Amino acid sequence: MSLTKDEVQHVAMLARLELSDKEVEKYTTQLNDILGYAQRLQALDTANVPPTAHVFPLQNVMRDDCVDPSMAREKILANAPDEEDGFFRVPKIV
Amino acid sequence: MKLYTKKAHELHDLLVNKEISAAELVRAQAERIEAAEPKVQAFITRTLDDAMAQAAKVDAKIAAGEAIGPLEGIPMALKDNMCTDGVRTTCASKILHNFVPPYDATVVTKLKEAGAILMGKCNMDEFAMGSSTENSRFFATRNPWDIERVPGGSSGGSAAAVAAGQAVFTLGSDTGGSIRQPAAFCGVVGMKPTYGAVSRFGLVAFASSLDQIGPFTRDVRDNARVMNAIAGYDLKDSTSAPVDYPDYEALLGQSVKGWRIGLPKEYFGEGIDPEVKAVIEKAVKVLEGLGAEIGECSLPHTEYALPVYYLIAPAEASSNLARYDGVRYGYRSEEAPDLITMFKKTRAEGFGEEVKRRIMLGTYALSSGYYDAYYLKAQKVRTLIKGDFDQAYEKFDVLLSPTSPTVAFKFGDRTDNPLQMYLSDICTLSVNLAGIPALNINAGFANGLPVGLQLMGKAFDEAKLLQLAYAYEQATGCHSQTPDLGV
Repeated sequence: MSLTKDEVQHVAMLARLELSDKEVEKYTTQLNDILGYAQRLQALDTANVPPTAHVFPLQNVMRDDCVDPSMAREKILANAPDEEDGFFRVPKIV
Repeated sequence: MKLYTKKAHELHDLLVNKEISAAELVRAQAERIEAAEPKVQAFITRTLDDAMAQAAKVDAKIAAGEAIGPLEGIPMALKDNMCTDGVRTTCASKILHNFVPPYDATVVTKLKEAGAILMGKCNMDEFAMGSSTENSRFFATRNPWDIERVPGGSSGGSAAAVAAGQAVFTLGSDTGGSIRQPAAFCGVVGMKPTYGAVSRFGLVAFASSLDQIGPFTRDVRDNARVMNAIAGYDLKDSTSAPVDYPDYEALLGQSVKGWRIGLPKEYFGEGIDPEVKAVIEKAVKVLEGLGAEIGECSLPHTEYALPVYYLIAPAEASSNLARYDGVRYGYRSEEAPDLITMFKKTRAEGFGEEVKRRIMLGTYALSSGYYDAYYLKAQKVRTLIKGDFDQAYEKFDVLLSPTSPTVAFKFGDRTDNPLQMYLSDICTLSVNLAGIPALNINAGFANGLPVGLQLMGKAFDEAKLLQLAYAYEQATGCHSQTPDLGV
């Protein structure tokens, strides 16, 4: 199985990355190399092996439902690339 | 008195005995940073003004006859992916170049409470993706033992700062070897704790099921001391482990007689530099001389760790890094006529090459139609890798290996070939996949460059790794050498 340039373009779109033609070319080659290397996993029979998502099996971690002070709005908005009237401002959507 | 070669426990004694003041210590530390920085380039941000104010508080406490804590007044630095309230935190990325966190990471809160003094934030591979710190978007950090060579990565700035005497201790983060490999290259002690032992709250996420924060120090006692300050359950991290954490420092100094040490044969095979191997074999003899019982073991799925890691870590990264969209913080492209173009341009301009490569790889591995073949398959093989360790620990207390197959390499040596760069982590990746703790100490030198020894333990067995490393250090004096920067 090998990845085509069109597929790389599609993945870039999913990842919201604008790539130049040169980058598409480079990533197509490199991703094929890396995925080719990863093919060796197929040699292992894992039909009866459960997947490990986390090594420490904790489930449904809850905390007490108590009220804590929130962060100050100004402090959070201080990092915003653009803001107006206490909101994050972005280009027109509709 | 050369304060910059001293350990935290020695400096603590000097402070308590009033032989130096915290203000003198911080000033000397700032001068050392200044002197070494043109050669080493370990720091992205320095925080001297605040450090002097903190030192004054510690001195007032000492003058008033109050007791000070074991890290109080000690100068430290942090990898620049740990959030510091009011101090810029960049992840060495253009996309966060102007980000000033509105809160402290839990480790920062804990170290502030312990009275340690922040001197600055250290350079790293962008978003911790890399093994040489060459992927920093700002500049490369140099290895204090040979400035033509890389310090390792991704926590290269944190490791180099401790080796160069620019901080008494630092914190780094380790996702696939990013504490242990630079610690090995720079000849310092570096601990990757058990997954869940140190809170990740406020650590900028790379691969959430693998990331773990840990200390870089000049000796093992200091490492135990910093672990005492940062380990523990944290309500703010849902993967934090609610277990009992021991006093690591108090447990040092015990005999290791009769301890069973396993040498996984896969870590001594092909690809390991013969000179590195020779130094490690000599270290094994030292431990044998201390009464440890040495035996060979096997971790048969080792060869699959690299492909498993390079599917799981990028997959988790592609998801974690989706948050950088130019809306709430960080960089936004000037060219933003509509929302989707803003996202695509912001991310294209904000992320560097390696980060983009991993986002692409991870997005593909998680995408519809490929999830089972790549991500799920990798998670299943992860189970087998973890099982290898479980089996080995039925017979052995600790496993021992080289930390890296080579000593520090030269700049540009591996930047053209990502797969070649990934191979520098071959001895460290499995530990993160299994979630176990591992410690790097300096085993000796090959051609004047430090060789790292890796000790791997059962989950939550950090105390054992530190005890064994301490015994080795006391027997060899391997922690007494420091690089000569000529400054």
